Amino acid sequence: MNRPRLRWHIVVFLAPAVLVYTAVMIFPLFNTLRLALYTEIDQTRVFVGLQNFQTLFFDPIWSEQFWNALGNNFWFFLIHMLVQNPIGIALAALLSHPRLRFAALYRSAIFIPTILSFVIVGFAWKLILSPIWGIAPSMLDAIGLKSLFAPWLGKEEYALTTLALISVWQFVGIPMMLIYAALLTIPEEILEAGEIDGITGASAFWKIKLPLILPSIGIISILTFVGNFNAFDLIYAAQGALAGPDFSTDILGTFMYRTFFGFQLQLGDPHMGSAIAGAMFAIILVGVCIYLFGIQTRMRRYQL
Amino acid sequence: MNKARQNPFNTAAMHGALILYTLIALFPVFVILINSFKTRRAIFREPLALPSADSFSLIGYETVMKQGDFFLYFQNSMIVTVASLFFVLLFGAMAAYALSEYQFRGNLLMGLYLALGIMIPIRIGTVAILEMMVATGLVNTLWALILVYTAQGLPLAVFILSEFMRQVSDDLKNAGRIDGLSEYTIFFRLVLPLVRPAMATVAVFNMIPIWNDLWFPLILAPAEETKTLTLGSQVFIGQFVTDWNAVLSALSMAILPVLVLYVIFSRQLIRGITSGAVK
Repeated sequence: MNRPRLRWHIVVFLAPAVLVYTAVMIFPLFNTLRLALYTEIDQTRVFVGLQNFQTLFFDPIWSEQFWNALGNNFWFFLIHMLVQNPIGIALAALLSHPRLRFAALYRSAIFIPTILSFVIVGFAWKLILSPIWGIAPSMLDAIGLKSLFAPWLGKEEYALTTLALISVWQFVGIPMMLIYAALLTIPEEILEAGEIDGITGASAFWKIKLPLILPSIGIISILTFVGNFNAFDLIYAAQGALAGPDFSTDILGTFMYRTFFGFQLQLGDPHMGSAIAGAMFAIILVGVCIYLFGIQTRMRRYQL
Repeated sequence: MNKARQNPFNTAAMHGALILYTLIALFPVFVILINSFKTRRAIFREPLALPSADSFSLIGYETVMKQGDFFLYFQNSMIVTVASLFFVLLFGAMAAYALSEYQFRGNLLMGLYLALGIMIPIRIGTVAILEMMVATGLVNTLWALILVYTAQGLPLAVFILSEFMRQVSDDLKNAGRIDGLSEYTIFFRLVLPLVRPAMATVAVFNMIPIWNDLWFPLILAPAEETKTLTLGSQVFIGQFVTDWNAVLSALSMAILPVLVLYVIFSRQLIRGITSGAVK
């Protein structure tokens, strides 16, 4: 055996996955980033360098929409972090309680919204919150809070928050499941040792369990981040491509879709669409890098 | 034993909180389903009442059946989902086996390359994907969707499956080699059956996002013949906004298949998540 010969079976095993993945995912990704550097003049593709990005960030017509979408996207993400993940953790903490009856039933039921498509979720909530049908107002009436009702999805100041909360309602099952799984791996001995030292109930959660599930919370945060910054479906299903009222629910996904395909009077522009995709890519990349190098490596992992 | 953690008041409070949240989770689904079986007047007069003999009506479903091609949409969704899952599992398992079984130059690098796609959403490349599908004539075919979902599912599939394949005993594979089995036979006959639970987990993780996706059907295959159920119900509901019976029935019909799949696979799904496959 002088030099290892080419082992063909390795090539055969790897080839299909690598080919499909490269051709349909990696190549288009870089091609999109490349297209962002071009524009179309008289139906020919012309290289313009970073001009599209300059337009996107500084041209008043584009930049206003871009920063609006970006700001909305951050608000969307913030609500998920502040509402979805704490609720998910709380539900998981309750579910993981030893000898809780019907735990499997609760778990399955709470996960149901997560499996529904955005189209169903968007329209279902649109109907429920609709002032015409009146389910939401009459339920608020029943507890004496009718004055609080407003057509939330139709008001600029509430629409985005309402949609974010609908999305929270839909996806709370994911952090719940992941945290639940993490809580199950905590050995009983550790909890019993805590009990001997008088740490029980809520303080056992805060002092023992929470530090142990921090890595899972980190994973959930980055999953939420990536998911939110390429979100599109719910907003499109509930408010359409124009992300109304008056673009108040516009996020990067809907902005990119509108730019790429055009709507009503505006023509679609694949190059500006690519530029927005490039910006989304950069944001997601920064987020993932912060997580990988800033958070994950510093997090203390306990040997269980 | 751990009496300190059991306390009747706490238990009641815990059940209270969980029941409350379960109601919040199920309420919208429940409202949609019961109202889809009611007459238009009953929908508005008593939205929270169950359909009675008086208010029962299937008019919404009749409209949906007449106007929308839901069976075709359903069939398209089914083909796309099943074919994508098949390719994700087959190609994913093959690549995972190559990475976990053989030592070769570039093994680690190849693993990292394939893992890139776990964190980077494929949607970012949409502009170029559409351009490519137009150039190859695949636009408005189900193949466009199948290819995209296969590429999308592969990174996580390779990652999860190679973790599991490392646990398959070397003795077994070496015994096969001594018996003169080819590497392909060893993979298909010995290794694949052993990682079946992990494959099921991967399948369940991929199934729901593929079935529910709206973005790629909207962009790559919006033609009438290739609409998926998700896109089909989106378009249908958009056209029938004012026909509440039809909208509610269409929603119920879109909920039903996923709910059935969920009931069938929920144990697998929950086992998959809790076994730590995604850690």
